[in-house]
Amino acid sequence: MPTKYELGHLKALEAESIHIMREVAATMERPALLFSGGKDSIIMVHLARKAFWPARLPFPLVHIDTGQNFSEVIAFRDWMAEDIGARLIVGSVQDDIDAGRVFEDPKSNAGRNRLQTTTLLRTIEEHKFTAMFGGARRDEEKARAKERVFSFRDEFGQWDPKNQRPELWSLYNGRHRPGEHIRAFPISNWTELDVWQYIADENIELPSIYYAHRRPVVHRDGMIMAVNEFVTPRDNEEIVEELVRYRTVGDATCTAAVSSAAANAHDVVTEVAATRITERGATRADDKTSEAAMEDRKREGYF
Amino acid sequence: MSEILRFATAGSVDDGKSTLIGRLLYDSKSIFEDQLEAVERTSRDRGEAVTNLALLTDGLRAEREQGITIDVAYRYFATPKRKFIIADTPGHIQYTRNMVTGASTADLALILVDARHGLVEQSRRHSFLASLLGVPHLVLCVNKMDLVDYDETVFERIKAEFRDFAARLKIHDLSFVPISALHGDNIVHRSQNMPWYAGSSLLHLLEEVHIASDRNLVDVRFPVQYVIRPQDDSWHDYRGYAGQVASGVMKPGDDVMVLPSGFTSTIAAIETMDGQVDEAFPPMSVTVRLSDNIDVSRGDMLCRPNNQPDAVQDVEAVICWMHEQPMDPNGFYRIKHTTRDARAKVSEVLYRLDVNTLHRDTDAATLSLNDVGRIRLRTTVPLFIDRYERNRTTGSFVLIHEGTNATVAAGMIQ
Repeated sequence: MPTKYELGHLKALEAESIHIMREVAATMERPALLFSGGKDSIIMVHLARKAFWPARLPFPLVHIDTGQNFSEVIAFRDWMAEDIGARLIVGSVQDDIDAGRVFEDPKSNAGRNRLQTTTLLRTIEEHKFTAMFGGARRDEEKARAKERVFSFRDEFGQWDPKNQRPELWSLYNGRHRPGEHIRAFPISNWTELDVWQYIADENIELPSIYYAHRRPVVHRDGMIMAVNEFVTPRDNEEIVEELVRYRTVGDATCTAAVSSAAANAHDVVTEVAATRITERGATRADDKTSEAAMEDRKREGYF
Repeated sequence: MSEILRFATAGSVDDGKSTLIGRLLYDSKSIFEDQLEAVERTSRDRGEAVTNLALLTDGLRAEREQGITIDVAYRYFATPKRKFIIADTPGHIQYTRNMVTGASTADLALILVDARHGLVEQSRRHSFLASLLGVPHLVLCVNKMDLVDYDETVFERIKAEFRDFAARLKIHDLSFVPISALHGDNIVHRSQNMPWYAGSSLLHLLEEVHIASDRNLVDVRFPVQYVIRPQDDSWHDYRGYAGQVASGVMKPGDDVMVLPSGFTSTIAAIETMDGQVDEAFPPMSVTVRLSDNIDVSRGDMLCRPNNQPDAVQDVEAVICWMHEQPMDPNGFYRIKHTTRDARAKVSEVLYRLDVNTLHRDTDAATLSLNDVGRIRLRTTVPLFIDRYERNRTTGSFVLIHEGTNATVAAGMIQ
């Protein structure tokens, strides 16, 4: 028999995330929310709206744009920012390439992924942000499993995993000196399944590519890559049209699709509950570079 | 509706903790094939005979290189009954700091002992820390029962010895499970190898342990986090106090007192974006509106006029020191307590506690890394406190070094 005054797991996770967002807004001078138009950042915006309702978000949204995103996602990003009356700041990786601050490695299968770090740190510095909300989850990847909710970054934006501040109860230490900043991760304790169940329960709208659709693809290194302006078939590859959806949304150059007939959030919940491959493992070429690929990028200041 | 159970795991080296966690994750289908493949590949590359499940939790390069776990790792799995959050705390390095961190939010502590060795110093230390951090449920898993021929007398001997020791601690609910993590005995299902064991399998126990009554639903404590004032014509006079209910049950119409001002008012409404709520209880995040226009800001606390926390500037607490640089016995630190920030001066070191023998050293002049001791602090502003034993939110704080901004200590108010 359910006891009175119990909170279901999604409502408990929601309450924790809202608490973290309010702590950041109350204690940090200039926060911003990293918003890519991907599902995790969309539920972050949803949670932020709940945290400050009926007021608007007390911080802007920031997108680090590689210029290689799926067009559906960029359209969704712009629509959502306007719909909720939020200010959207776009940091462009192309600007850093044009200015000669970073160089593209044409042979890298991770595309412009790693280059985003420079643009992210430049954007933080230009706007003097002191806290960046990120949608990272601890279940995503091994290095992330050890990250704090309030994660300290030094003046170079670096993460030092061996020297993290102990984090107890729900007391978060965001103190830092000028030039340093905090990355705050309100959905640290959510899993992929939690995210999808929440999207289904709350009827949260997502870019269409998260649901099954037919599109021309090629099979490359065991992954299904959409054919578009960034991915063109190689000599031995054949273009086929398949029913697919995306589990994660990164650059169109390095994010793979999965075969799926899941047409809505409820179908995805069923599919995720039965799946045996992690979402990043299945679909992200950028994480396959080495066993510590994520840790190395995070140390440099990556999301 | 499924609840969350947070538990911390602790054990000493080679007692099979990683194997146990690996098994819980694997049997609940929370380890994915690509994670397992990566671990198998790494184990093979290093010439290890069996797949090393510890590699699943050792996420940092330094940990894999040195074969040790440095930091608390959080792991997740779910069954149809509950969602579980494991704070996996390493046994050998920084044991106290990590165990204290993992236990601070835990509903349950799972402590492993090796059936061949029985209780060791670390089992006692971990149990003491779990009790110090007010973890309401403790499960002692006697592992590697297969190596003692599933002998009931071995299990009963360890159980009796632990009960003796636990009588000196504040442990409200204590359970014992004989297991073999390697072979899966009594993990998901009751084992055929131990017909003498009448209790639940470990997973069944984790699914069924009653945690709802661990919350304090009596003392209304609502630390104000953030004042919501929309700069918008349609919400012109709106003023809401946002926060997470620390304890107690709040309802519209209730009389409340605001600390530190002492003004009283009534709750006009409890709101969320999804609508008004009839009752708010921990750990809900809500926004409270009061019937009177009184001055309330972050760091204030709402409570009932006839049930108030103590407002004190002299705080006596057991603290765990967590930094390489020892405590300055005359130093100033920042203190974070609920939503209040203040400065605090160490006014007295009462004693240092030996976490193995529970002996109190009253000659101690300071506390160093991983020391536990009782101190007195003087704060610049009053804090609204309850004893930790009664309230884990209003009874806890952290100390922060003013120069380096490092979190240096965790405190439990006595």
